[in-house]
Amino acid sequence: MTEHFKMDAPATDRRLDDMAQGLVGAPLDRPEGPLKVSGTATYANEWQVDGMVHGVMVRAPTNSGRIVLSNRDEVANLPGVLSVIQDERLLRNPAQGTANQAPVQGAQHAAYVGQLIAVVVAESFEQARHAAQSLQVVLENGELMPVDPVTAAVEAQEDQALDQGDLEGAITGAAHSVDVTYTTPSHSSSPMEPHASIASWDGDDLTLRGSYQMLKYNRNELADALGVHPDRVRIISPYVGGGFGSKLGLAPEAVAAAIAAKELGRPVSVALQRQQVYEATMRRSETSQRVRLAADAEGRLNGLGHDARVSNLPGETFAEPVLQASHFLYAGENRQMSMELARLHRLCAGSVRAPGEAVGVTVLENAMDELAHEAGIDPVELRLRNIPEKDPESGKEFSSRRFRDALESGARAFGWSKRPGVMERREGEWLIGYGMASAARINVLMDSQARVALQPDGRARVETDMTDIGTGTYAILGQIAGEMLGLPRDRIDVVLGDTDLPPAAGSGGSWGATSSGTSVYVACQAIRRQLAERLEVEEQDLLLKDGRVTYANQTKALGDVLQGDEIVKLGYVQPGDTSEAVRQATFGAYFAEVAVHAASGETRVRRMHGSFAAGRILNAKTARSQCIGGMTFGIGMALTEELAFDPRDGHVANHNLAEYHIPVNADVPQLTVELLEERDDWASPLQAKGIGELGICGAAAAITNGIFNATGVRVRDYPATLDKVITGM
Amino acid sequence: MQTNLMINGTQQQLELDPRTTLLDALRHHLGLTGTKKGCDHGQCGACTVMVNGRRINSCLTLACMHDEDEVTTIEGIGQPDNLSALQKAFVSEDGFQCGYCTPGQICSATAMLEEVKNGWPSHVTDDLDGQADLSTEEISERMSGNLCRCSAYPNIVEAIRKAAGEGA
Amino acid sequence: MRPFEYIRAQNPNDATQSAADGAIIIAGGTNLLDLMKLEVMAPDALIDINHLELNQIEETENGGLRIGALVTNSELANDIRVRRNWPVLSRALLAGASGQLRNKATTGGNLLQRTRCLYFYDRAMACNKREPGSGCAAREGFNRILAVLGTSEHCIATHPSDMAVAMRALGAEVETLKEGGTTRRLDLDELYLLPGDRPDRETVLEPGELITAVVLPAPVEGRQTYRKVRDRASYAFALVSVAGILKIEDGRITRADLAFGGLAPKPWRDTQVEAILVGNRPTEELFEQAADQLLAEAQGLGDNDFKLPLARRTLVSVLTELTQEARI
Repeated sequence: MTEHFKMDAPATDRRLDDMAQGLVGAPLDRPEGPLKVSGTATYANEWQVDGMVHGVMVRAPTNSGRIVLSNRDEVANLPGVLSVIQDERLLRNPAQGTANQAPVQGAQHAAYVGQLIAVVVAESFEQARHAAQSLQVVLENGELMPVDPVTAAVEAQEDQALDQGDLEGAITGAAHSVDVTYTTPSHSSSPMEPHASIASWDGDDLTLRGSYQMLKYNRNELADALGVHPDRVRIISPYVGGGFGSKLGLAPEAVAAAIAAKELGRPVSVALQRQQVYEATMRRSETSQRVRLAADAEGRLNGLGHDARVSNLPGETFAEPVLQASHFLYAGENRQMSMELARLHRLCAGSVRAPGEAVGVTVLENAMDELAHEAGIDPVELRLRNIPEKDPESGKEFSSRRFRDALESGARAFGWSKRPGVMERREGEWLIGYGMASAARINVLMDSQARVALQPDGRARVETDMTDIGTGTYAILGQIAGEMLGLPRDRIDVVLGDTDLPPAAGSGGSWGATSSGTSVYVACQAIRRQLAERLEVEEQDLLLKDGRVTYANQTKALGDVLQGDEIVKLGYVQPGDTSEAVRQATFGAYFAEVAVHAASGETRVRRMHGSFAAGRILNAKTARSQCIGGMTFGIGMALTEELAFDPRDGHVANHNLAEYHIPVNADVPQLTVELLEERDDWASPLQAKGIGELGICGAAAAITNGIFNATGVRVRDYPATLDKVITGM
Repeated sequence: MQTNLMINGTQQQLELDPRTTLLDALRHHLGLTGTKKGCDHGQCGACTVMVNGRRINSCLTLACMHDEDEVTTIEGIGQPDNLSALQKAFVSEDGFQCGYCTPGQICSATAMLEEVKNGWPSHVTDDLDGQADLSTEEISERMSGNLCRCSAYPNIVEAIRKAAGEGA
Repeated sequence: MRPFEYIRAQNPNDATQSAADGAIIIAGGTNLLDLMKLEVMAPDALIDINHLELNQIEETENGGLRIGALVTNSELANDIRVRRNWPVLSRALLAGASGQLRNKATTGGNLLQRTRCLYFYDRAMACNKREPGSGCAAREGFNRILAVLGTSEHCIATHPSDMAVAMRALGAEVETLKEGGTTRRLDLDELYLLPGDRPDRETVLEPGELITAVVLPAPVEGRQTYRKVRDRASYAFALVSVAGILKIEDGRITRADLAFGGLAPKPWRDTQVEAILVGNRPTEELFEQAADQLLAEAQGLGDNDFKLPLARRTLVSVLTELTQEARI
């Protein structure tokens, strides 16, 4: 009953366009909405498990040395305390996304301040919290390890180096050129739901109710960390209170809960405190990026250089893939790129929404703005002149790419033609400026499975361990199944977030919707074929709509065709040749109007628009919300967000939501989004591409470019807080 | 210690460690997990409930300090089959994504609309002596104590405007 | 949070008695519980004063207002008398925290809130305010939000209140009740101590001394404004704030009451700044002179160096706003 599909050729049949139900693409409400707005959707730390006790984790107060819990016995005797656990299986840091195995483990040595090195379990949360705070953590033989990316030892990432043509020569001979270095700080995902797990054992079988994005990997990571077989581990995660990368890989609380629950023989809940989310989950690496651009008199690029330095803990291979979109966004035959990874003792660096492009495209787009200004060319026009015909490095064709349309349509929608000159427009004490930037993000398809059951009563059930972290999975999988099977949306049940269900791609890298959606599509296609077989017609000749089957000039109720049978199919999609045959990416453009206070340098985003092309849109409402969310991350990145590290020991000084400034409602205007109609046959048989991260991939540059237009100040050190703006004013 | 709370119209008698916050009393002792813990320090608004009609952060107050108080949580505002106008508007305007901040947003907005009705000014109200309107700017400012990392902010503003318009 | 005994005060003398015996007074609790959760504060007993009759706003005989210590920030900001006659106070309150916090935070508690210094909040770091004699990790740490005026080598914390800045400009006084029933009145300058070598001592209040009310003097003529500069558009502490009350007669400044937030360990007021302004015609040069005076002793420690130019620019901008019509 498994239906395999490998994406080896473009899906030019565009079968979804032949369907009649009219669900795919429609701006339908999220089916789980009523649960979420009434507080009845169950998140990880909300399951009512009999006999559950509470664990609170304990941090390392410095960044090296052997850890000794000097008053362990005293703490163990505090009221309500059940156990003080310092176990070699505790995670040093979370697993990277798709790691599929445990990350570095061990609780005997500290590698960064905030590392979670023990868990204290007590009958009540209040008792556990106090006991955890009472535990004295002493570091023996520790000396402070390097924490500064500027002075730390670096490793060149040879596999990321590119040397094509003669960039130096191109710059020397260029009519216009820029050579600029920008820095971006570390960012935190800061999901609203802190990481939390409830572990309960039934003999040797572990059930973990957690908050995770990629369950099939998380199960293997957890099993590996504990030294048990993955078949013994079940993870349940039907609702995830935001992830943005921080819940891709297994995090320390899951292992702590599992170890504690096993030791105590009772279910244990461990939720990270907000401070611990900042100190011990994942950060986006800070970056230092040098961009060199060489252009002719008309602004046509013939040289592009991008060199980046990022950082991570010793032993971690993840290096923020800053250069990812620089390889293909713009033309220019002479190209040079390089990447360095600094080794230091700040918390682990990993994926935060749109790793790579979020910061890489942003800085490239700042550099393009600088070039436009230098050459006296309109920034939109400059980009239009530099859209490469083919991938400028591999020579491959692009799959669908409505980049030009996004630039032109976005400019029209925003009213870009009214852009003032630099420092030209003032309203009272506010200086007004316009800025724009391009958007680009690679597109990926991943292994994913889903089971679809067409039931005799004319309902369908979709089951997969895919997650919905706010991305709209419940909505779109139901829409795809309803479209393919000709069922109204309310006759589809979508069950997610349980490793007992078929393993999916998980939510991350923007691949979740297309990968899991394709698995549902594939299963539905198989069901359609079986229906056609029963009716002795070709699948293409079936018309399914509103629970009825029309074929060969007759119409039957689905139930009459099924005659009490259930048709169950497992759809299994795998990426194939189309991944490599063409360059696949999503594109767009952002436009922002900012106001900068002439005295204080405070910046407000007054208007912001995004035009995006990401293949077929599966749900116009949830897709728009994803774009709005990404653009808001861009506002935060542009203006306020920065993990502030103590210069001595590298601890996160601003480890809370009062001082790590994610945007509040008043920081965000009524963003507008245009989703361009597109079909990408190379990306998936849905003709859809990922859209969850496109909204952030360059967004901050539209704002900082707007600050330049308003004030004449280039802030090249993100975020553009008022102190940096007034320095230039 | 013994604390009596009137929660969503039901009298609840609890025996609590004095350290128990109102938030943890709801979540750990009453199974009312609709009220969320986002930061536990009054920095995110996910735990917003109404006490005696006023919105507050339930994480920054002890349950024992509310003996005999009336508490309204999201569960008391509306259930899936009986949603309030605001809850419905949050669904139709997509005023959430992951949903974790949502109960706090809705409790906050419910009380905020009352504050506006009662003529309370805000930081962005031009005339302290006049009546505030429900402009985008006003709604955004008044809802800024509720963080949303998915950033449904524009949709939250639309949902509130829609619900307020229908209520008028 | 350490275990503690919880006591509900039946009358003000209960409260002062318990507090004299070591209990910590809790009202709104929005800052105290925040700190207790981190065990930065770890009292053995809490005395809850929320049920005392200290929640009235009454007019005084000389046309001022007596604000009960338990009046919430929301109630005070929304009081129509405050909005009309002391608008700088409404503005300051509305610029602070969030709607939820203002509904809980009280007048007395707001005055006594602790600094937001990140090192004060982090028990792994040295802090003379939290643990006298342990040192100040903030000086060479991340000190962007910290003070540039009134600091000492032992402490560079700022006072985080917006309300107190407006009250300082208004010349408000606190009324207190001591153990045994004696009362006293202190203006805000007297109430707050500078850190010196004992930054743990933040006010002159004695053990057991309870703030019962804040008294605003009668309204004064002039324009009032509260300007708060911060990193977010809302729900963020001030980097710099200015409360200003300014009157112009015959083209000359006749009143200039100015207080500053975000710069110092207490709401900052410098009468010499005001003296420079009063009696003179409002000009940009005069405003710059006033800023020179304000910042004469100011000192940054790196990350917070920007507060000097920011305070200057903000002060000049506020003075410009308050004198706009006179200067046209």
